[in-house]
Amino acid sequence: MSLFSRFEAFELDVLKEVGNIGAGNAATALSRLLDKPVDMAVPKVSLLPFEEVANRVGGSEQVVIAVFLRVEGEAPGNMFFIIQEQSAKSLLSQLLALRPEEQEGYSEMELSALCEIGNILAGSYLSSLADFTHLTMAPSVPSVALDMAGAILSYGLVQYGEMGDSALLIETTFLEDRQELEGHFFLIPDPESFNKIFKALGVTTE
Amino acid sequence: MIEQNLVKVGMADLNIAVDGAVLRTTGLGSCVGLTLYDPVSKVAGMAHVMLPTSDIARESAINVAKYADTAIPELIGRMKDAGANMRRAIAKMAGGAQMFAFSGQSDSMRIGPRNVESCLDMLAKNMITVIAQDVGGNYGRTIEIDSSTGILTIKSVQLGIKEI
Repeated sequence: MSLFSRFEAFELDVLKEVGNIGAGNAATALSRLLDKPVDMAVPKVSLLPFEEVANRVGGSEQVVIAVFLRVEGEAPGNMFFIIQEQSAKSLLSQLLALRPEEQEGYSEMELSALCEIGNILAGSYLSSLADFTHLTMAPSVPSVALDMAGAILSYGLVQYGEMGDSALLIETTFLEDRQELEGHFFLIPDPESFNKIFKALGVTTE
Repeated sequence: MIEQNLVKVGMADLNIAVDGAVLRTTGLGSCVGLTLYDPVSKVAGMAHVMLPTSDIARESAINVAKYADTAIPELIGRMKDAGANMRRAIAKMAGGAQMFAFSGQSDSMRIGPRNVESCLDMLAKNMITVIAQDVGGNYGRTIEIDSSTGILTIKSVQLGIKEI
């Protein structure tokens, strides 16, 4: 884990700013979609033991809806947009006038809509980040899953598994007013990507 | 389910249980939950394996519980210390799912099936029979093994609860 233990407070601040810019644009995109103000929490950058990553969204067994995109290009990584079921229902009813309350689960159509929302938001996150850093970052085709948070997030941690038991992630939370809608963005750059991001932003690392 | 003597096994972690204690690990995705059980001494062991082989490790101090090829020998050793006879031991495993499907998958994205293969290899090398498995698919699992019976309970969001 030596790679991360030597991160300075300043470098963590740079990563926070990375999260801020990306998620700021994504929040704007969501706000336009909903035609409502969307608040965003200050991004958190943390080096978390694998065990604790899922706790950020309610614990390993919490059922969540996740849109996953693999980021390809010069600074590869994994990206998740995670929402709780309640928020997903609210998002669907606001955007598509779908009323899913009656039946359990989700139709193909609903999952596809959520996947597309995740895709739009992640796309705006990444494109603003790519503009800012002048690095190419292209999202893969998105994939959506409704499952336990632990099972979903562990998928994004495999690259870290080879080098330690914790992962560095940039996390941002959205809130639509009265907290009806809460969404989490996790950007988990591959371990090798950090130096590229720092270099692109003119932060010198030895 | 009575939650007495519940031993939690974290991600990239392993542990053993005796005297009717229950071992549990949550949120298995591409990871494999491997359990070994000696039905006579009633010693159970569980490992939450994250990666197939320690050859790819780039960490300075290896966490043996994380890799299939190191976790299984360690688990066998721990169970022997607790009085298990590994010649009687049987294995059950669950997990190794492919959580998201993509076209043009790189090898690291196929991690679930590779974890399963590697666990099966290691068990064969140690001459332990796999009597039941619930692997693959595209969904997460939470598993529990009861050291008094050796029954492995598997919970998933879509398919509910099953026992093997």
